[in-house]
Amino acid sequence: MKKVFADAQAALDGLVFDGMTIMAGGFGLCGIPENSIAALHKSGVKGLTVISNNCGVDGFGLGVLLDAKQIKKMVSSYVGENKEFERQFLSGELELEFNPQGTLAERIRAGGAGIPGFFTKTGVGTLIAEGKEHRDFEGETFIMETGLKADVSIVKAWKADPQGNLVFRKTARNFNPMMATAGKVTVAEVEEIVELGSLDPDEIHTPGIFVQRLFVGEFEKRIEQRTIREREVA
Amino acid sequence: MAWTRDEMAARAAQELEDGFYVNLGIGIPTLVANHIADDIDVTLQSENGMLGMGPFPFDDDVDPDLINAGKQTITELRRTSYFSSADSFAMIRGGHIDLSILGAMEISEKGDIANWMIPGKLVKGMGGAMDLVAGVKRVVVIMDHANKKGEPKLLRECTLPLTGQACVHRIITTLGVFDVVEDGLKLIELAPGATLALLAEQTDAKYTVADNLLEHEAA
Repeated sequence: MKKVFADAQAALDGLVFDGMTIMAGGFGLCGIPENSIAALHKSGVKGLTVISNNCGVDGFGLGVLLDAKQIKKMVSSYVGENKEFERQFLSGELELEFNPQGTLAERIRAGGAGIPGFFTKTGVGTLIAEGKEHRDFEGETFIMETGLKADVSIVKAWKADPQGNLVFRKTARNFNPMMATAGKVTVAEVEEIVELGSLDPDEIHTPGIFVQRLFVGEFEKRIEQRTIREREVA
Repeated sequence: MAWTRDEMAARAAQELEDGFYVNLGIGIPTLVANHIADDIDVTLQSENGMLGMGPFPFDDDVDPDLINAGKQTITELRRTSYFSSADSFAMIRGGHIDLSILGAMEISEKGDIANWMIPGKLVKGMGGAMDLVAGVKRVVVIMDHANKKGEPKLLRECTLPLTGQACVHRIITTLGVFDVVEDGLKLIELAPGATLALLAEQTDAKYTVADNLLEHEAA
């Protein structure tokens, strides 16, 4: 089975439908699947539920799908950087489900690992715990959280081989590996597809079994907060 | 009179011990990194997936694939490792991080913390704060003693939605340092220029004053 596609549009062909659930990797704008997001925008798909730690910024990342009103609901941990998000949320056009970041990561990991629910201390005694099953283990109280899955996961990696084995780079890894496991279909966009056998099998972060389709993308890699230090003059 | 933000950060840096793995929150807690003593070895964790966080890069070393949890560009060190968000929060939730230093809007005398949501105002989300306060071994808060309206932030009960329950161990404010103890708070240090009378006026939470109260002198 051939996993390598020409581009995002080809890779997403036949996978996209209105009302679907998508997981999109990335933390802020770091390690986001820029090309698949652009292709989803172009497809005109509507009513999306998007599971992603953040929601991009105005005009970039998932912000593009927001601007075009293609998102019905976001499942995120932090969405602070986006004015259009604010507008749509306050006007009731957009649904929002906040998850603590670690709970979100674990829900995705669990979903991909076939674990329907798990117990965590995070959020006990807060709004997050309301309506959730509480249970004590070894004298401490935990709440139950459920696993998450998606119709399609779109992830971004640094390198892949034609089998879909993925290697991520630095903090661009973030949510991408778990999301790759939790999509019914996972589409990976990468900077480079290398020859089979040229990735060290011991250094593969995501085994190819989790990746059904992949393509080489073009990346802007926009920086949210460019912070630098000055060189000291000797 | 009282501690500045940078002085609070310097005081918070004294909480770090040799060999500690530490997560610093966004804002004032980030400043703590500038005050780490030279003779201790501390590893900073960034919850987006990095242990061994280095300083900001020089202009020509900026890498868009290398940011901290505040989405700022940073650098790696020789000890650095990268990992997924799931592994990152396994470190946090699993009690492997020694210390978390973060900011807060309100703290109760039971050590409850509220720092993510003001009802009626736009909510940006809790990010990793709920996981940090629930999972990290020791939680230290740095905050102004009173809010912008001059109202106390150390309260009998938090009025804002909680980030975590009974999870804060120590609070460093502009006016002093408090420990959360069994029956409320205990004032253990007084900032330069702060007085017990001023503290009484600006604190709603029940607290006692330590017998060996440390009164800092102005620098």
